[in-house]
Amino acid sequence: MGDPMVRVPISEQEPLVRAKNFEEVCLGYTEEEAVEEASRCLNCKNPRCVGGCPVSINIPAFIEQVKERNFEKAYEIISESSALPAVCGRVCPQESQCEGVCIRGIKGEAVAIGKLERFVADWAREHGIKPKTNAPKNGHKVAVIGSGPSGLTCAGDLAKLGYEVTIFEALHKTGGVLVYGIPEFRLPKDEVVAAEVENVKSLGVKIETNVVVGKSVTIDQLMEDEGYEAVFIGSGAGLPRFMGIPGEQSNGVFSANEFLTRNNLMKAYLNHDTPISRGKKVVVVGGGNVAMDAARTALRLGAEVHVVYRRSEAELPARAEEVHHAKEEGIIFDLLQNPVEILSDENGWVRGIKIIKMELGEPDESGRRRPVEIAGSEYEIECDTVIMSLGTSPNPLIASTTEGLETNRRGCIVAKEEDGETSKTAVYAGGDAVTGAATVILAMGAGKQAAKGIDAYFKSRA
Amino acid sequence: MYPIVKKEKLADRIYLMDVKAPRVAASCLPGQFVIVKIDEEGERIPLTICDYDRENGLITIVFQTVGASTERMARDLEEGDAFEDFVGPLGQPSELCLEKNLEETKKKNIVFIAGGVGTAPVYPQVKWLEEHGVKTTVIMGSRTKDLLFFVDKMEAVATDLHVTTDDGSFGFHGMGTNQLQALVDEGRTFNHCVAIGPMIMMKFVCKLTKELQIPTIVSMNPIMVDGTGMCGACRLVVGDEVKFACVDGPEFDGHKVDFDQAMARQTQYKTEEGRAKLALEEGDSHHGGCGHCGGDE
Repeated sequence: MGDPMVRVPISEQEPLVRAKNFEEVCLGYTEEEAVEEASRCLNCKNPRCVGGCPVSINIPAFIEQVKERNFEKAYEIISESSALPAVCGRVCPQESQCEGVCIRGIKGEAVAIGKLERFVADWAREHGIKPKTNAPKNGHKVAVIGSGPSGLTCAGDLAKLGYEVTIFEALHKTGGVLVYGIPEFRLPKDEVVAAEVENVKSLGVKIETNVVVGKSVTIDQLMEDEGYEAVFIGSGAGLPRFMGIPGEQSNGVFSANEFLTRNNLMKAYLNHDTPISRGKKVVVVGGGNVAMDAARTALRLGAEVHVVYRRSEAELPARAEEVHHAKEEGIIFDLLQNPVEILSDENGWVRGIKIIKMELGEPDESGRRRPVEIAGSEYEIECDTVIMSLGTSPNPLIASTTEGLETNRRGCIVAKEEDGETSKTAVYAGGDAVTGAATVILAMGAGKQAAKGIDAYFKSRA
Repeated sequence: MYPIVKKEKLADRIYLMDVKAPRVAASCLPGQFVIVKIDEEGERIPLTICDYDRENGLITIVFQTVGASTERMARDLEEGDAFEDFVGPLGQPSELCLEKNLEETKKKNIVFIAGGVGTAPVYPQVKWLEEHGVKTTVIMGSRTKDLLFFVDKMEAVATDLHVTTDDGSFGFHGMGTNQLQALVDEGRTFNHCVAIGPMIMMKFVCKLTKELQIPTIVSMNPIMVDGTGMCGACRLVVGDEVKFACVDGPEFDGHKVDFDQAMARQTQYKTEEGRAKLALEEGDSHHGGCGHCGGDE
């Protein structure tokens, strides 16, 4: 037994090896390691960790089962609350959620709840164990728009309650950001994401891909012509922002969404038919998780990569673990700097980027210190590729084609937090479509609340 | 899967397919497009909807073999085969083909200029207008006689059809712009032009129609990936604004489009496309002559 204050270390690929491949960085716990780490849990009477989890997994109960080596039972407990444990164990920012409030974390290191959740989900998959439902069919049809984390969760929960659910997905693959956004080296697609989607399908959920709601069919048509009695909108926030600086239309300037979609969804790194621009020197603008994913992808495609971010390291919105991994792999961070212009050659290709240095001023309304330009500090970085990772907004397509669906000034669908109810009867919404770009687990939480809301709606009509 | 119920070679390197896609056929309008993907390893490529049969759930697409994917579609996909993915309708319908604009449209004296494979997206618009009692003049241009297609079909729906070839092997000797100038010189007047074809052709049509003061709509064909507005690969500058062709277009005011920039952006993956095409043509004998793939190492 190791020191109970310190978490059981987890194996990872060596930084300089993994910087050249797309295989998963973190290799996960073995059974022995998982049991040992589980034994560090104090099984609190008033577990603060559960409150820190947006879908309220009964964390001490599943960890207790891991400790006893009842991995199947542990999976059952997690499945009661989460439809995507193999995903969440990998991509949740646990440091600010369940693990952030773990009592062990006060004097030592918090219990590795995410890594244990991941272990249990991986173990269940490898042993062919699927989530169970025994609810009788109730005959009500519900349409779910979008197969990302919120849609999959909402659909799974509704199916467990006996609803007949169909998910409509615009892309050719299911998973939303889990397939097009988050790279293989953080979240394996076939092994993990496809398997979790299969689990949701095994509950009886149907999925129709290649349907762009708002174009192929509208929500009103689904309800009036196809017999859907309620709808959940989980269409996400996929519309990329650009800076609006000169030179941004040059060849070699991409949104992070385009760069990641080509690589992850279209598998450009495997030499499938979709090409990707493999730069020699790449500048990624932004400091969120998406920026880290884009930077680490560009590195794996063979480039020298700089992350340019306008605030300091303390304000980086990306997960600490991802920043740490990025640094280990050799990503260069140019902090307190901001692009003012993209420079191109006579053929319209990027040849560099003009940057201005920043300093932190007074806190703004979000409480973060506002970056202020230092006059006359401009300089140029030579590069051949620029990836803009400045965040995304909800796509206006659904709201603009649905009569009576209210949106706010940022284009987000207005929905009640507690049950996802929108301004339109029988239409519910959740995830990034409501909040703007946030996290996988918050989207799942919203999908869960909306499933409860939809169930209550049907009960109130009965 | 989306079965191919008909395949026809229309001209040298130009093919037509009827594809079963009921959801697309139920809701599409002229001016919109689809994205197709052959199989698991395939890329997503945008193609304009050329015709539709709502009753039988069919969409007609027409494509020219210009790169690895279209070559593969022409070579490997036959009647009875299927596209793995076929999504749409995408983009905005042509404003001329909206019922709510019909009274305004009827007042216009419209000329269409179709260049090469651009004939395919012009056809459904002219057909829709004919069905709604709107007269049209259509100029169909091609490099040479062997590349012409749809002459009979267009004849049947256009009020006044002019066919041109650059080399004079069929019809009017010259380009679409020369034919338009000739018609104007004869005293014909137009107050609305729609030009669809290669970007360079649309650029020159716009140059002429600006001089002739004829408002002109073009259908832009930039590189696309998802086609639903989530990546911005297809972005272009129209007036002072950045637009995404897949959701804001593909049709725009041609006098406001920055064609030079759009054409530069279109070449972005040229090396990679050429490399893929070379690999495909040479098959097993491909040993890295392209200098990029490392096949000769």
